[in-house]
Amino acid sequence: MHPGLGQILFISTALFFIGVYGFLTRRNLVTMLMSIELILNSVNLNFIAFNKYLWANRLDGLFFTIFIIAIAAAEAAVAIAIIINLYRSHGSIDVENAEELKY
Amino acid sequence: MSELFTIMKSELMITGIIFILLFIKLGKLVQNETLLPLIQLLLLINFIAGFFMNFEATAFDTMYQTNGVMALEKSILNLGIYLIALLFTEWFKQTEHLAEFFILLLSAVLGMYLLISSNNFLMFYLSLELATIPIAALANFDLQKKISSEAAMKMILSSAFSSGILLFGISILYGVTGSISFEAIPALLNGDAIHILILVFLFSAFAFKLSIVPFHLWTADVYEGSPFAVTALLSVISKGAIAFVLITTLYKVFAPLHVVWYNILMILSIITMIVGNLFAIRQQNIKRFLAFSSIAQVGYILFGISSMDPVKGSASVIYFVLIYVFSNLAAFGVTNAIAMFSGKESIADYKGLYQTNPLLSWVLALALFSLAGVPPTAGFFGKLFLLSAGASDAVYAFVAVAALNMIVSLYYYLRVVRSVFMDKNEQPVATVPVSPYTKLGLIICSFGIVVTGVFSWIYDHLIAIITQ
Repeated sequence: MHPGLGQILFISTALFFIGVYGFLTRRNLVTMLMSIELILNSVNLNFIAFNKYLWANRLDGLFFTIFIIAIAAAEAAVAIAIIINLYRSHGSIDVENAEELKY
Repeated sequence: MSELFTIMKSELMITGIIFILLFIKLGKLVQNETLLPLIQLLLLINFIAGFFMNFEATAFDTMYQTNGVMALEKSILNLGIYLIALLFTEWFKQTEHLAEFFILLLSAVLGMYLLISSNNFLMFYLSLELATIPIAALANFDLQKKISSEAAMKMILSSAFSSGILLFGISILYGVTGSISFEAIPALLNGDAIHILILVFLFSAFAFKLSIVPFHLWTADVYEGSPFAVTALLSVISKGAIAFVLITTLYKVFAPLHVVWYNILMILSIITMIVGNLFAIRQQNIKRFLAFSSIAQVGYILFGISSMDPVKGSASVIYFVLIYVFSNLAAFGVTNAIAMFSGKESIADYKGLYQTNPLLSWVLALALFSLAGVPPTAGFFGKLFLLSAGASDAVYAFVAVAALNMIVSLYYYLRVVRSVFMDKNEQPVATVPVSPYTKLGLIICSFGIVVTGVFSWIYDHLIAIITQ
């Protein structure tokens, strides 16, 4: 049995909200970054599914996915660099320990 | 092919400067002391070149578009980066990595220009990321400071999260309409529930970048932790660019959903003004103070955008951003000069500044009066046009709340002016040595604050360009 558009959209939406939940509850910076990657991947799934099932002759969705993957890599590179620097100065990558800026 | 060079000249100029700096850096061609005047000269040339050869055109299969209004918006931002290069000379002199700083800064500006000109959601997303990722790296520029890395962390995580939300909205938009082109989408939207959901997703991404109130929590922290030059970039250039893009997106792409976004904008602008103003009152650090004041200013911008008349709405916003560039950059320039000399960033340290630094005090007072909107300065006219654009069809209660908010904002702006001019202090900040470049920048800013308000033809000229 082939999955329909509904099943794929269910998975991608679930993935999106798992990502949002992870981003809001996790305290470890790398895990938060992973949650953002989950969100981006759910978007990729969405684009591919819409492209295949609804708009097979319009390849915008497919190209969009490729660009999202590339940008996500760039974003992760900068974020990891910032996290490494944070680790050097704070000795921890827990958001609870980054507390110089308040109020 | 040569046509493409003139169509994309603003972007290509910036790219050219980036490459020049890259070669200088790689070849170690120029010393740091001579590099700064060179950059300022290049940015001045870039600013002047922005006024020539502007026409309406599209490129890359309508993915990129430009016209007179967009060229003018880019010129305003060009002026802003030129002023940044002048005003923060003291900070640039003590940083080792000047070339890298400007390469990152100009990459972000390049992203903003492409963002203003984008006519397709793929282009829009790519340039939005180009406009935010370098700024996160810039926020981390004070490598040895703990708060700087914390600010960068908050910036990159919140902006990545917001772009995730934006992308989810775009993916649903693609699924519903089958198109990601700004030209084709408006005809396919009709106000269904799913279309409203898309609008909300997209708008919340804008709200993150513009720090509209429910999404403003990163703003004050990032502003405080970043170096002054980056804070100025974030609060003036980046906000101005995103406000311009919000105008095109709402007026053009989401024109069929006008009623929906009108209500969203009205409510959020009122909340943004109130929260920004109330939190600004209790700030002790001058950077956090300016952060919350900029949140309140965004509230007024939203009020102008919510106008029923697109011409008036966009003209008043562009005019306000022009004034905002002058007044906010003047405030940041003065505070940067003082912080670089004495290391003091708290408002209490500004007591008695007038005794030792009369000129800096006058510029700061002028900038704060303009931000508050006191009549002889340009800020008053900017707010007047914003409110009258928003009020053309608004519920009058909202206009009254906006006007009341301006009175509240007077309180905290004048509090700083009072501590500068009137409060007694045994040991005020000693006389701050100001470099000639910073002086030139402050003179341009003060001149702009006074003159932009008096010359009413600027606003008429804006309306003429937009209606073309």
